[in-house]
Amino acid sequence: MTAMLELVEITKSFDGIRANDKVSLRVEPGSIVGLIGPNGSGKTTLFNAITGVFPIDSGSIRFKGSEISKLLAGEIARAGIIRTFQQPRVYPHMSVAANMLVSSAIRRASFASLFRRAPPEADEKLSELLDFVGLARRRDLLAGELSFGQQKLLELAMALVNDPELLLLDEPTAGINPVLIASLIDRLKAANRERGLTLLVIEHNMPAIMELAEHIYCLAHGRLLADGPPHTIKRDTKVLDAYLGAA
Amino acid sequence: MGTPFALTPARLLLLAALILCGVVAPLLAPAYQSQATQLLLFIVFALAWDLVGGQMGYNSFGNVLFVGLGMYVAAIVQVGLFYDVGLYTEAKGGGTEFVFDVNQFLTGLALGLPAAAVASASVAWLLGSLVLSMRGHYFAICTLGLGIAAGQVAAGIPWIGAGSGMLTPNPPAGLGDVGLLLYYLALGLAVACTLTFAWLLSSRFGLALNAIRDDEDKAEAMGLKTHAAKVTAWVIAAAFLGVAGAIYGNLVRFIDPTETAFAGPTIGVWMILMALLGGKGTLLGPIVGAVVFQITKELFWTYLLGWQRVALGLLIVAVAVFFPSGIVGFVRDRLSGRGGDSEESVPAKEKSA
Amino acid sequence: MIANLLILFEAPALGLQLLIDGILIGAVFALAAYGMALVWGVTNIVNVCQGEFVMLGGFVAVLCIEQGVPPLLAVAIAAAALYALGWGLFQTVIVHLIGRDMFNSVLATFGIAIILQQLMARTLGAADRIAESGLGSWFFFDGLVGVAKVKVLVFAACIALGTALAFFLARSRQGQAIRATAQEPIAAAALGIETRKVYGLTYALNAAICGAAGALASMAYTIHPYSGLSYTIRSFMIVVVAGLGNLAGVIWAALGLGIAESFAGFLFGPQYQIAFVFALLVAVLVFRNWRLKAQRRYLK
Repeated sequence: MTAMLELVEITKSFDGIRANDKVSLRVEPGSIVGLIGPNGSGKTTLFNAITGVFPIDSGSIRFKGSEISKLLAGEIARAGIIRTFQQPRVYPHMSVAANMLVSSAIRRASFASLFRRAPPEADEKLSELLDFVGLARRRDLLAGELSFGQQKLLELAMALVNDPELLLLDEPTAGINPVLIASLIDRLKAANRERGLTLLVIEHNMPAIMELAEHIYCLAHGRLLADGPPHTIKRDTKVLDAYLGAA
Repeated sequence: MGTPFALTPARLLLLAALILCGVVAPLLAPAYQSQATQLLLFIVFALAWDLVGGQMGYNSFGNVLFVGLGMYVAAIVQVGLFYDVGLYTEAKGGGTEFVFDVNQFLTGLALGLPAAAVASASVAWLLGSLVLSMRGHYFAICTLGLGIAAGQVAAGIPWIGAGSGMLTPNPPAGLGDVGLLLYYLALGLAVACTLTFAWLLSSRFGLALNAIRDDEDKAEAMGLKTHAAKVTAWVIAAAFLGVAGAIYGNLVRFIDPTETAFAGPTIGVWMILMALLGGKGTLLGPIVGAVVFQITKELFWTYLLGWQRVALGLLIVAVAVFFPSGIVGFVRDRLSGRGGDSEESVPAKEKSA
Repeated sequence: MIANLLILFEAPALGLQLLIDGILIGAVFALAAYGMALVWGVTNIVNVCQGEFVMLGGFVAVLCIEQGVPPLLAVAIAAAALYALGWGLFQTVIVHLIGRDMFNSVLATFGIAIILQQLMARTLGAADRIAESGLGSWFFFDGLVGVAKVKVLVFAACIALGTALAFFLARSRQGQAIRATAQEPIAAAALGIETRKVYGLTYALNAAICGAAGALASMAYTIHPYSGLSYTIRSFMIVVVAGLGNLAGVIWAALGLGIAESFAGFLFGPQYQIAFVFALLVAVLVFRNWRLKAQRRYLK
């Protein structure tokens, strides 16, 4: 079966430093894949390469079988790949509700639909998501006035309401109240189960990613170090060494 | 600015009241008719600038390009339907040779105004791809250049009068008060503009523009068709600017390529100033700004003759320094209890990117 | 235009003349542009009254020289006067603009430009002025190419000033403080550099640079109160084409602009000169943007 996302030997250097060195990975449709590794191992760089932030030096990126490594960011998003950022990016001078409204399922909609009223189901979904991330009562606040954690949650809600096929999450639990993390994981799993949302998640929170992912890739120094199901990765000596700094 | 703009019953009532005032105003205060017409056109200038500038974040210094274009196109149509334009401009457009009867004059206007809209919109659409792919100050300087260059190019075309400019058709004697006609045309345009923009800004299109302003790369990454949105806003603004320019040309009668039509340092900057003074990024802001500005300007010109431009410069500085979010923004901040302006809620370093 | 183009081919000496004239004035552009880049890089403010500073410097020099003040001293006086003006403007207006979005500063400095321009026009009159040096010209190629001696002196003076400025920024304590603040204002502040003072110093320094440039320019070229805007636009164009922090680029772009203007003025006639230069700028920007798009980037 065609992989949802297939990276073949992705290489990217910045000023002589190899941020990504022949990294390959596969994400099957409907799966949840984790991407871990110590700081500086090239995880976010990989996300940037996939979503078209910069061109890659060599390698191939295929989304549902089609090559996307030469497309522009907007085209990649409209094809179905949405991502969140480590430092949350929301629209600071717009209200929380407006942030959600402007993100809802736009990528598949025609340009003209921007001028029509959104259907009531869309409104419901929006409210429900805001409720879920605990921002329903803050819907009229300017997004720029939210705390870091709240902005991260808003950004996640915006990504979900956009109805992507593949969602790239960059450290979704960082800065989030631990009490909320469990329900966040449940929510992601539910979206994956019920709507077939495919997820590729960068995480430093080990318990969270072990719970969430079916398959995990570990990067270190720009290279793929190991990959496998969570219980194998947990015990992989190379991975442990990388995190503890011995490698 | 934060919440999606909605045309509530209260706002509709206010608008209806204003329109009523507008309709009866010339009958109550006929002495100020031409200034009022100017004010209405300035409202359109300010709103149109704000759509692309305050709402979408693309601060253009060259919108005057479309004003001048509209002015010239309308004049050309108004004259060209009945006479040879080249001969008309050679004869300095006036006098007894070139007479327009009531029918011709009205037909000229009826066709000239839409022609101005179409011409401006077309040029905007052509330039859009080129110019709208630039960001921030690159966009600003590009548009500034276009505005200035247009004036210079127009000044070099003898067919439209070159540096001497051209006159719009003499209003025929049998028409009555042309000023009144122009006033109502301007009123109609201002109302149409306000309603259109109110509709646009209450839709997701308006939100899309705001998203582009706040973080264009994020909007792209979320799948928004930013290019289509940008060009659409730009073209709509241009169309309104063109028609406003056409009416303005008929108001001042004499169209000069650098002082009137493509008058960057005056109209070009004034429309920005009005939007900022009133509060950019809001629907009410540019309108309030236009009113305050027009009144202030008339006061300056009447009482400070000789120093009126210096006073205007001081006004610009004062607005930019002390009222960056404009009158409307200032009032809103006070009412909602926020100190300072929300401009500063995003760190400066992020904004320079 | 075609006729003029043919003339160029038939009389290459004319082309050489235009080239030399372009280069000579290019140095003045470079100085003004460098000052603008300095303020922009350090305070993130685009100083739209840059041209007015240049004009004021020129007028100060003209007035001084008319009173018999020796030219070098006139340049120094112009620089000092503009330094004071710059400092004053900073304390009253500019200081409020720090940290705000750039468009805000563009509008405010535009307002200052209008004030200065109008004050100049009302007090000094709108006529062209020049500080006559009476130095004459060198002639080459049987008199086909004339190089005004004063223009060469102005060119040399600009180079000297520019070099002194570069030295100042690289070696002196204030210069280093300026550069540190430009790169990392928060870190600089944490290390005890009073960023507000540095901003003020930078702005005043820029005004002085413009004053000197204008003073020098007034000795070789005519000036009048309304030519400020064109200097502002030239400075902006040069900085945009060269990119911030690129001194060599500023020099090249400035000389290039001088040459382009010189030829454009001849080929298209003076009334199209600015239009042509703008078209050139738009073309350059569009081209660079297009090239960056291939790398999924755009002009910042």
